[in-house]
Amino acid sequence: MGFGKEAGVYVASTPEHPRTDLVRRRVYIMDVTFLLNGETVQVEAEPTRTLLDWLREDRALCGTKEGCNEGDCGACTVMVTDEGGAKALNACILFLPQLHGKAVRTVEGISGPDGALHPVQQAMIDHHGSQCGFCTPGFIASMATGHLQGRSDHDDVLAGNLCRCTGYAPIVRAAEAAADAPVPTWMNDKVPEANAQSYAPETLEELAQWYAANPDATLIAGATDVGLWVTKQLRDLPQVAFLNRCKELRAITQTDDTIHFGAAVTMTEVLAAIGDDHPSYAEMIRRYGSEQVRNAATIGGNIANGSPIGDNPPALIAIGATLHLRHGTQTRDMPVEDFFVAYGKQDRASGELVTGVTIPRSAPNLRCYKISKRFDQDISAVCGCFNITVTDGSVAEAHIAFGGMAGTPHRAHQVEAALVGQPWTAETIAKTAAQFSKDYTPMSDMRASAAYRLEVAQNLLHRYFAEMTGQATSVLEVTP
Amino acid sequence: MSVAKALPHDAAALHVTGAARYIDDIPTPTGTLHLAFGTAEIACGTINAINLAKVKSAPGVVAVLTADDLPFANDVSPSIHDEPLLATGTVHYLGQPLFLVVAKTHLAARKAARLASVDYAEDTPILTIDDAIAADSRFEDGPRIWTKGDVDQALSEATHRVQGTIEMGGQEHFYLEGQAALALPQEGGDMVVHSSTQHPTEIQHKVAEALGAPMHAVRCEVRRMGGGFGGKESQGNALAVSCAVAARATGRPCKMRYDRDDDMMITGKRHDFRISYDAGFDGEGCLTGVDFTQMTRCGWALDLSLPVADRAMLHADNAYHLPTARITSHRFKTNTQSATAFRGFGGPQGVLGIERVMDHIAAELGLDPVLIRQRNYYDAMEGGGLSAPRAARPPEGISEHEKVGRGTRYTRQYSPKADVQTTPYHMQVKDFILHEMTEALLASSDYHARRIAIADWNAGQSVLKKGIAFSPVKFGISFTLTHLNQAGALVHVYQDGSVHMNHGGTEMGQGLFQKVAQVAAHRFGIEVGAVKITATDTGKVPNTSATAASSGTDLNGMAVANACDIIRERIAECLAELHQTRTENVRFEDGQVFVGDAQMTFAEAVQTAYLNRVSLSATGFYKTPDLAWDRIKGEGTPFFYFAQGAAVTEVVIDTLTGENRILRTDILHDAGASLNPSLDIGQVEGGYVQGAGWLTTEELVWDDKGRLRTHAPATYKIPACSDRPDIFNVTLWDQPNPAQTIYRSKAVGEPPFMLGTSAFLALSDAVAACGPAYPDLQAPATAEEVLRAVKRARA
Ligand SMILES: Cc1cc2nc3c(=O)[nH]c(=O)nc-3n(C[C@H](O)[C@H](O)[C@H](O)COP(=O)(O)OP(=O)(O)OC[C@H]3O[C@@H](n4cnc5c(N)ncnc54)[C@H](O)[C@@H]3O)c2cc1C
Ligand code: FES
Ligand code: FES
Repeated sequence: MGFGKEAGVYVASTPEHPRTDLVRRRVYIMDVTFLLNGETVQVEAEPTRTLLDWLREDRALCGTKEGCNEGDCGACTVMVTDEGGAKALNACILFLPQLHGKAVRTVEGISGPDGALHPVQQAMIDHHGSQCGFCTPGFIASMATGHLQGRSDHDDVLAGNLCRCTGYAPIVRAAEAAADAPVPTWMNDKVPEANAQSYAPETLEELAQWYAANPDATLIAGATDVGLWVTKQLRDLPQVAFLNRCKELRAITQTDDTIHFGAAVTMTEVLAAIGDDHPSYAEMIRRYGSEQVRNAATIGGNIANGSPIGDNPPALIAIGATLHLRHGTQTRDMPVEDFFVAYGKQDRASGELVTGVTIPRSAPNLRCYKISKRFDQDISAVCGCFNITVTDGSVAEAHIAFGGMAGTPHRAHQVEAALVGQPWTAETIAKTAAQFSKDYTPMSDMRASAAYRLEVAQNLLHRYFAEMTGQATSVLEVTP
Repeated sequence: MSVAKALPHDAAALHVTGAARYIDDIPTPTGTLHLAFGTAEIACGTINAINLAKVKSAPGVVAVLTADDLPFANDVSPSIHDEPLLATGTVHYLGQPLFLVVAKTHLAARKAARLASVDYAEDTPILTIDDAIAADSRFEDGPRIWTKGDVDQALSEATHRVQGTIEMGGQEHFYLEGQAALALPQEGGDMVVHSSTQHPTEIQHKVAEALGAPMHAVRCEVRRMGGGFGGKESQGNALAVSCAVAARATGRPCKMRYDRDDDMMITGKRHDFRISYDAGFDGEGCLTGVDFTQMTRCGWALDLSLPVADRAMLHADNAYHLPTARITSHRFKTNTQSATAFRGFGGPQGVLGIERVMDHIAAELGLDPVLIRQRNYYDAMEGGGLSAPRAARPPEGISEHEKVGRGTRYTRQYSPKADVQTTPYHMQVKDFILHEMTEALLASSDYHARRIAIADWNAGQSVLKKGIAFSPVKFGISFTLTHLNQAGALVHVYQDGSVHMNHGGTEMGQGLFQKVAQVAAHRFGIEVGAVKITATDTGKVPNTSATAASSGTDLNGMAVANACDIIRERIAECLAELHQTRTENVRFEDGQVFVGDAQMTFAEAVQTAYLNRVSLSATGFYKTPDLAWDRIKGEGTPFFYFAQGAAVTEVVIDTLTGENRILRTDILHDAGASLNPSLDIGQVEGGYVQGAGWLTTEELVWDDKGRLRTHAPATYKIPACSDRPDIFNVTLWDQPNPAQTIYRSKAVGEPPFMLGTSAFLALSDAVAACGPAYPDLQAPATAEEVLRAVKRARA
């Protein structure tokens, strides 16, 4: 089975500069069908052609801007509708094949077909929400999507859109002002019919078999990592498969005791699913990347990439989650913590894929703390997750896991050992916190120094104790 | 009446629909080529050999240029010709352009640019201020030193003294639109350049030098920038010159835009500073003398560092009268990006120095810092700055003495007063209105009551602490390079009564074009919609100054008013003659022209003038009066007037992690008689958030090899939406400028940036609630720095 059709020879030579070293590359061209501003388009795309480049270079739709080309500024935001509804996504790290069977609206399509302004556009004019205007199309796309969804959490809706001019106040005023206006009819996109495509398998069976046979291929889930390999590292990815159409990987299954997430479940979907059971975990995920990033990034990708600074792994480890893997027809399960072997090395065989993760529904003592330079849209300097059970005044069980403190996310075994059996008191905390230096030898980098990381890890144990004993600990909850 | 109206930005409708065009959106002719730089991987050394074979043979590459391929000037410096476009064998910083790839696509150029193999002889780079001190690596012969009175004596006799040092980091501009340029070769070797620049004339000039052509062969056009903030005053030269040179070499249009990471690695940023102070004061907290030492890293090339460092010295007093002072300024040369203009242009750094002194004095005496500030303020302007802010004020009419037409002279108008206080550079401060503004702001923000409430709240918290702080700004308006304080305009009135307006200022989001269009419309008594705003174009208005120093509206507004008045007078003369009356009896109002008892539409009046062969096109010109100073001695009158403002900020910190957040901000800002209150408030809100960002989350980190580690938004954190204050009250003082500026408005681009200082001081105040010692907070106050300060306070 081929994923995409091989397009033959690609001659990297120009008439002006005839090449002697003709590069012969295999390039898979993929047939992609989607709606663009209400009209069906069929594109033959290279697998890693980004929507942003295609819009600007091939379609002369230059309203969508490039501010960073790495998912961090939101200038390229577009609205994408699939069966799950409308969502804001960053076009700069969105590959065309990911759009197969979806509908895209760019800023040009947010105004009506007759040029009528969308309510958020009118409100942005009325409230002086644009100055240089370069961020504005991206804000419009995020605002229009939030408006369609009936959102009032504007800070979250707009967390992934940077503006250097306005200081945001007028933009939020505009979002508030537009909230009550009806959604214009043209905004309700119908998801188009789209053929099954081999590059985006519909079943896990198909995918697992193919990946086992093509272990050097790149799996692409949300592309919030892989996108940057292409736009920043300028890597060629000749052979890829997209996970976003695979039903089993997209599923969330709840039982009385557990929630199972397919690997391709996005962080937005995770956030919605854990809100009731795990409010602290959910609050951390609310700060994972931004709206656009959470709409793309998958929980499987956040584990499979093996990053030492991913936000899910420490939470999953502290909660005692189980990871599911599959190689061809072989499946296996393991505690999430066992997956991370060493920096850059995971317990995943070549051709084996992560299929999902299962978490318990009950963990009332779980608290997740993300420490970063900026609250929104930032990578953790330290991510600490605590799950400590106190029985009759002493610590019965302790599961503590950190990201950002070592080459892998892992547990603080020494601290845990020092806590278990001790009375749950401030004295115990003060005594035990120092043990963190036995568990972790963090690094210094541009996000934080090693000393700060270690000190914060210790202090987060104090925070956990303070929070569990009813003290105010979050600056985010303080009002003026 | 179009002046003083809260009209939207002229391009707002284009912005929100995605129709506003930036450089990279301009449709290009087929065959347009794309450029990228190959850059240095070391911070300091020489190039032994450079192998470009792989670059040249990479897919899509059309040409690769090195310094040897440049036929004329290899220089993109805005000052002393010390900035080669492409390295000539010596590497000065990590990220320096070495060669230029010309390819069929942007991506092909970027890919090829990474394929060079360069053999370097590496030297030890000078990276930090301490490295530079050790190597005595500096620009100019030695430090600049300005003095006022005998500071040594004042310090030795002072009853109280504080000493300290504050480090403040630089700042990446992070204009949302990266640097970009497009060159279109013309017949006869001429070149048209579209550039995202604040300084079209400089682009024209540098491109002409690089092509070996006179300036008349080059035309630079700028419709708008996606943000500038000073970062496009000189940093666009490299791209424009590259495009022009490559276009000349290939005969094809060439476009260059930096990828964001390249932009951050290559271009200059705000100057970081270390400011040490030794301040003497009495038991009331009144200063008797301050000795400042300002040290700054200018990076590898001079760029605009001298005027930046000068402006830091010029703002070492901020709003305070320093009876004696010495300001010593060291401008260090380092192997880092060449630091450049950034909103405030050194002013914010100078201001932070003295605000730290105020804060330190208050801590030393255990007094409310606001009180210390008020005690040290300059004397109030004679007659006071009027009592309270007024919401909307009708603009002044076009009274005779204010007319900006032919032969009028403009001067400052102040009531005379004996023994006027002077700044450390010996300029008299005659327009000081912060006493009244401070009272008004303290009242509207309920400062005193909140300060008590915060202390109570803090007493009940173990983990979290709140803080509150007030800070003022007094910012000098004018280019300190005096000859730059001039502007030109070109206005055409067409037969149908529509108006074409052009001037030397550039639009980067600040609303300059709209404000000036409002002026033009007002002069003709027509709706602003009848005035066409057109792209800045060196072919229409020559020899322009950069749109910088907050002076855009002051200068260009006056020049446009001048051009309009010339045309208006011509029309009036014509109509007066036809109606047998005097020109004074011709009025332009509400789209009508009144001539004695007769009345006609503006279009009819124009038509009449046209038929009577009256020229309906004029150039306008303006130069700021009464400026003269000596920057070496630090003496004279560099500024036309001072723009002022004040802010109160409340924050909360987490004493376990240092995490912090702004809860509330109240600002009262002086925009004179605002030409457009909405646009001005926009500048204040945006400036404040940008200023607060500089002092909190925005941290530039270089490693010990000189590699900037925060070269993308993933690692460099400007404020996001939720970082703005929960409560954000911004009011304009809205009183006429005593200086005769355009409709008595004041410049508003840079001054509010410094109000972000109040956020930093509020953090310091919150930290101070943790213990007895002075927090000695350093900038930027990241969570990590706040936590360090908490420990210092507790020590
Ligand atoms: C702007 C921005 C902000 C971010 N903020 C955060 C943040 O706050 N917290 C955080 O933790 N991360 C953050 N990230 C990182 C990123 O979101 C995560 O690492 C993300 O979870 C990766 O998931 P994905 O689905 O996008 O993976 P992809 O990019 O599609 O893939 C990542 C890697 O995992 C592999 N992979 C994906 N799925 C599978 C699978 N099922 N089986 C095997 N291999 C697989 C891919 O082949 C690839 O190697 C951010 C990224 C960006 C661009
Ligand atoms: S361009 Fe910045 S997020 Fe896409
Ligand atoms: S308006 Fe300029 S970046 Fe937002």
